[in-house]
Amino acid sequence: MKIAVCVKHVPEGTSRIDPGTKRLDRAGEGALNHFDANAVEEALRLKGDSDTEVVAVSLGPQKALDSLRKALAMGADRAVLVSDDAAAGSDLVATSRLLAAALAKEEPDLVLFGQQASDADGAVLWAAVAERLGRPVVSQAMELSVDGGTVHVKRQTEHGYDTIEAPLPAVVAVSDAINEPRYPSLKGIMGAKKKPQDVLSLADLGVDAGDAGEAGSRTTVLALGDPPARADSQKIEDDGNAAQAIVDFLAEKRLI
Amino acid sequence: MNFELSDEQELIRKTVRDFAESKVAPVAEELDREARFPYEIVAELAELGLMGLPIPEEYGGAGGDTVSYAIAIEELTRIDSSVAITVAAHTSLGTMPILLFGNEEQKREWLPKLASGQGLAAFGLTEPDAGSDAGATRTKAELRDGQWVIDGSKIFITNAGTDISACVTITAVTGENEISNIVVPNGTPGYEISAPMKKLGWHASDTRELSFHSCAVPEGNLLGERGRGFQQFMEILNGGRISVAAMGVGLAQGAYDLALGYAKERRQFGKPIAEFQAIQFQLADMATEIDAGRQLVYKAAWLKDHGREYALAAAQAKLFTGLLSNRVVNSSLQIHGGYGFMEEFAISRLYRDQKILEIGEGTNEVQRMVIARHLGL
Ligand SMILES: Cc1cc2nc3c(=O)[nH]c(=O)nc-3n(C[C@H](O)[C@H](O)[C@@H](O)COP(=O)(O)OP(=O)(O)OC[C@H]3O[C@@H](n4cnc5c(N)ncnc54)[C@H](O)[C@@H]3O)c2cc1C
Ligand SMILES: Cc1cc2nc3c(=O)[nH]c(=O)nc-3n(C[C@H](O)[C@H](O)[C@H](O)COP(=O)(O)OP(=O)(O)OC[C@H]3O[C@@H](n4cnc5c(N)ncnc54)[C@H](O)[C@@H]3O)c2cc1C
Repeated sequence: MKIAVCVKHVPEGTSRIDPGTKRLDRAGEGALNHFDANAVEEALRLKGDSDTEVVAVSLGPQKALDSLRKALAMGADRAVLVSDDAAAGSDLVATSRLLAAALAKEEPDLVLFGQQASDADGAVLWAAVAERLGRPVVSQAMELSVDGGTVHVKRQTEHGYDTIEAPLPAVVAVSDAINEPRYPSLKGIMGAKKKPQDVLSLADLGVDAGDAGEAGSRTTVLALGDPPARADSQKIEDDGNAAQAIVDFLAEKRLI
Repeated sequence: MNFELSDEQELIRKTVRDFAESKVAPVAEELDREARFPYEIVAELAELGLMGLPIPEEYGGAGGDTVSYAIAIEELTRIDSSVAITVAAHTSLGTMPILLFGNEEQKREWLPKLASGQGLAAFGLTEPDAGSDAGATRTKAELRDGQWVIDGSKIFITNAGTDISACVTITAVTGENEISNIVVPNGTPGYEISAPMKKLGWHASDTRELSFHSCAVPEGNLLGERGRGFQQFMEILNGGRISVAAMGVGLAQGAYDLALGYAKERRQFGKPIAEFQAIQFQLADMATEIDAGRQLVYKAAWLKDHGREYALAAAQAKLFTGLLSNRVVNSSLQIHGGYGFMEEFAISRLYRDQKILEIGEGTNEVQRMVIARHLGL
């Protein structure tokens, strides 16, 4: 079996969006989107000791190799980075086009996604990619197994659980409750360098520059704003009586 | 000149930092309060490969370089010194003598067990009457019927008495003006280990007094050439100093991080105390000195990795970071005010854990002696 895991390199720290370009601020340090660590872990769990191949796939700047290397250090077998100046500023539709093109080349039996990217928080990409690939998609997976040509998924919803199955090849977005990602071991870190890491351009994928990046994106981010300040908030400093002050506040609002 | 860490070194830093913050930080205060050895954490560190980071892969280690090892120790100490010294003493003091001086058979016997973290290693040099003057060792080992029969005592030995302690390498007098290193497995009859010693800091680290009464080990437990013990332990201490210096940087960084966070939150005179220039200047000094200390440590590690002479750099790094961590924990606690004196605040633990960095593996004065010798004095 072959499993592809889509992983995003997200900015670390506080300044996540550049107010000038209104794009993600990629200047500082980045890290593997922590929701995607769950997807990598799940792929490795499914792999176990078998000869299943796990390929980590990302779209992003060269620095995104750091996150791919973390996936390799955790145990993935191979990494593919789609990186091209013409891909910068891709919106959801353009991103999904590029990832789908990279995945189509790989022909995996199962594609795993995290539930969302912690920077842009779209939580939509897996649906768009599955649509382009013409494959079934299951989201919010909190239990996952594969037997023969079928993937079984226990799906977490607000009301309880759905149990779903779908034929392979399929796309699954895992919930962050599905597992606890392992730490890369030291041996894994040392070994990552020796694993194949391919960097693909738009030309390698056969995607036209006009269909990628800003040129291929129909949405434009016009403005960014902070959430409105809470007008009626009240700050209680703990001078030893904070607990009482909170109880009084809740009682006044008839909440207790 | 290149100040860039490699991709692997960066990933090791991130991984160990992440591990220390999510697995060690939540239990550090409790382990300290209960003076409990961190068995669970050591097991997890072992799984990650951190109990044998610089040991070659063929002997079950991770095959990392000294810079990576220093980074790992630094990141552990940033959160908890007891865990860090457990790893550092096990690796630099306990395991290294076998790697550096052992024959192939000894390496095959011990290293896989130690590098995988299944067993913990200790190094017994210090004696009640031989501290800074470690060459004054009195413990005796006599060769009788193919066995070394050991009599004597050691003091302040890290990692010797845990449930997973596997062996201690001791220095002993094996003849006139002759010192040698001998491996003594835990459980050998005549090798007795005291109750844990009560300490000012490093509460979760295991520190013991050892005594040997007609303790017999096979002749083959001698490490390297008979009579080379003094040169061997000097070499071990040179390497060990890099890890203790990394602890100094890590401890200072941890104390600085706490001070910075606290200064931004604590309000007095109507504003966060971080807005007072007197506080800002302290933080600026700390950040600057920590950076300087880190460069010294990485340089010493780099020299060692490149097969260069590193003893001077290691002594300088250890001296500087010992003094540095002292100043930084002191300033950090000062910035915390009365809260810093309370046990719930991590800085109080970091403060107690600091002083030993100016004593263990050679006091400040001993480092100055080493440095002076390199100056031709
Ligand atoms: C402020 C801001 C507003 C935006 N608004 C819009 C908008 O309104 N409409 C629009 O179309 N786009 C918008 N975008 C762009 C959009 O967020 C990203 O282009 C995009 O990649 C889609 O989703 P996401 O990052 O939110 O990922 P999500 O959909 O949250 O990601 C889900 C999963 O997809 C995978 N994944 C995500 N990105 C990658 C990647 N680069 N490589 C590999 N795997 C990946 C991961 O597994 C991840 O867990 C906006 C971006 C910003 C910064
Ligand atoms: C928690 C802990 C863990 C330890 N772990 C280990 C271990 O695992 N293995 C091990 O072998 N040892 C270990 N030690 C011992 C440690 O290395 C010694 O304590 C240290 O080397 C100092 O020796 P001493 O305590 O006998 O001090 P002393 O040598 O008695 O020194 C007393 C003072 O005199 C100063 N002094 C001594 N000689 C001179 C001189 N010539 N000129 C100027 N000043 C001088 C010293 O700097 C110091 O200030 C540990 C100690 C502690 C506290």
